[in-house]
Amino acid sequence: MLGAALALTGCGGSSSSPTTASSATTKASMGSITVLAASSLSGAFTTLGKAFEAQHPGSTVTFSFAASSELATQVSQGAPADVFASASPATMTQVKAEVVGSPVTFVRNTLQIAVPAGNPAKVTGLADFARPQLKIALCAAEVPCGAAAANAFAAAKITPKPDTLEPDAKATLAKVVLGEVDAALVYRTDVLSAGSKVIGIDFPEAAQAINDYPIAVLTNAKNPSGAAAFVALVTSAAGAKVLSAAGFTLP
Amino acid sequence: MTARRRTTGVPGVLVPFAVLAVLFLALPVVGLLARTPWSTLAEVLSRDESRQALRLSLVCATLATGLSVLLGVPLAWLLARGDFPGRGLLRAVVTVPLVLPPVVGGVALFAALGRTGLVGRPIDRWFGVSLPFTTAAVVVAEAFVAMPFLVLAVEGALRAADRRYDDAAATLGASRWYTFRRVTLPLVSPGLIAGAVLCWARALGEFGATITFAGSFPGTTQTMPLRVYLALQQDPAAAVALSLVLLVVSLVVLAALRDRWLTVTP
Repeated sequence: MLGAALALTGCGGSSSSPTTASSATTKASMGSITVLAASSLSGAFTTLGKAFEAQHPGSTVTFSFAASSELATQVSQGAPADVFASASPATMTQVKAEVVGSPVTFVRNTLQIAVPAGNPAKVTGLADFARPQLKIALCAAEVPCGAAAANAFAAAKITPKPDTLEPDAKATLAKVVLGEVDAALVYRTDVLSAGSKVIGIDFPEAAQAINDYPIAVLTNAKNPSGAAAFVALVTSAAGAKVLSAAGFTLP
Repeated sequence: MTARRRTTGVPGVLVPFAVLAVLFLALPVVGLLARTPWSTLAEVLSRDESRQALRLSLVCATLATGLSVLLGVPLAWLLARGDFPGRGLLRAVVTVPLVLPPVVGGVALFAALGRTGLVGRPIDRWFGVSLPFTTAAVVVAEAFVAMPFLVLAVEGALRAADRRYDDAAATLGASRWYTFRRVTLPLVSPGLIAGAVLCWARALGEFGATITFAGSFPGTTQTMPLRVYLALQQDPAAAVALSLVLLVVSLVVLAALRDRWLTVTP
């Protein structure tokens, strides 16, 4: 992930690489761009934002990371933003009237079991989520990661016994990082972002719960050209490199 | 006559500011009312999860207030009347939850009482009991955030109360405990009631520390503010309806308490 970031930021007007194609993409300032993005995108998008600012000196990219559904509410309330990247097509559909054209699916995310370092409860698979003596955190059904988890449990024919239903994936992960729950179901990217404090365990039913991430420019964008340029970076090969380093799969 | 009227009336310059204050505080509530989906209100309220959340909110806020009175009044007495070094520091420490972002308060509660916390870990290891994600955790989180309101109110009342009544009781042979119960407490009761009401209201609206430390599960830890927040993710109209219920219930309780207790000023 760092390597990709360096490769991207390195192209910002660097005179040492005159022959690379990327140095030719260094352009004038694109002004300030406000991006609303699902919390699971925070690591990769922060990297891409820095790369964008390096490519377009003088531009600033500001992010607001939160649960997609919360961001969708903000968008429909007229939040001053240029780009919306959601963790589910459903939340993007909620704001269909507020986006330009049709949203593009730029990455996919799969679920992974997250357990605290050392896996104290010796969790091995989805079946452990039905053990009542374990402390289990899941996302609430109202948010995309919760809906995806429900699909996975339905596919596995398991009834989970959660102790808490969290409002977003990061909050769910935080309970694992703090060691207060034995297992949680979050995105692969969340597990990766938590580093050594959290162990990710793959499970076969994850294939039944893949989340598409759509991105779109908002109709009330104050900076439509900057917004389009940022979306172009996210959907470019360089963007894909950063996103896949963060654990996303490409559509 | 005219001179007296001039000195006792409200200074005219305050009026426009007071009106602005009323607008500032009331307008968002009016906005909420304007946006309330009256047609679906009954349906939203009849949902089990709504009623569960409301009941849990009322029970937990009341228990948290009880806990705050039980522990907070003695603490307020110590801060107001105690004579020991480091009292100022102690006051600063116990008011920390007022300035702490509630979510940080929740993390702090984990660090103390969580499964891996200072006190929580040995308790979990020896007795197999852990506090987070239980209804008791909701009460603890609410009391942590709300108790300082009560402590400060009661401490202020204790400082303002005339200590000569306590001295008189003592010279008449009353024990310290008897004096505290029959003289000091009745004297500060308006402050105590005001503090308890403030504490209850704060506990009722508590969100950050609760969702962090107690989690959110329907029926056990999902209080009304948590329910509202979740509803906002999917069904903003339902969230508005639920907020209105919380608003009405707290207004009714506060108004009732006010008539019952707070209008009787000594």
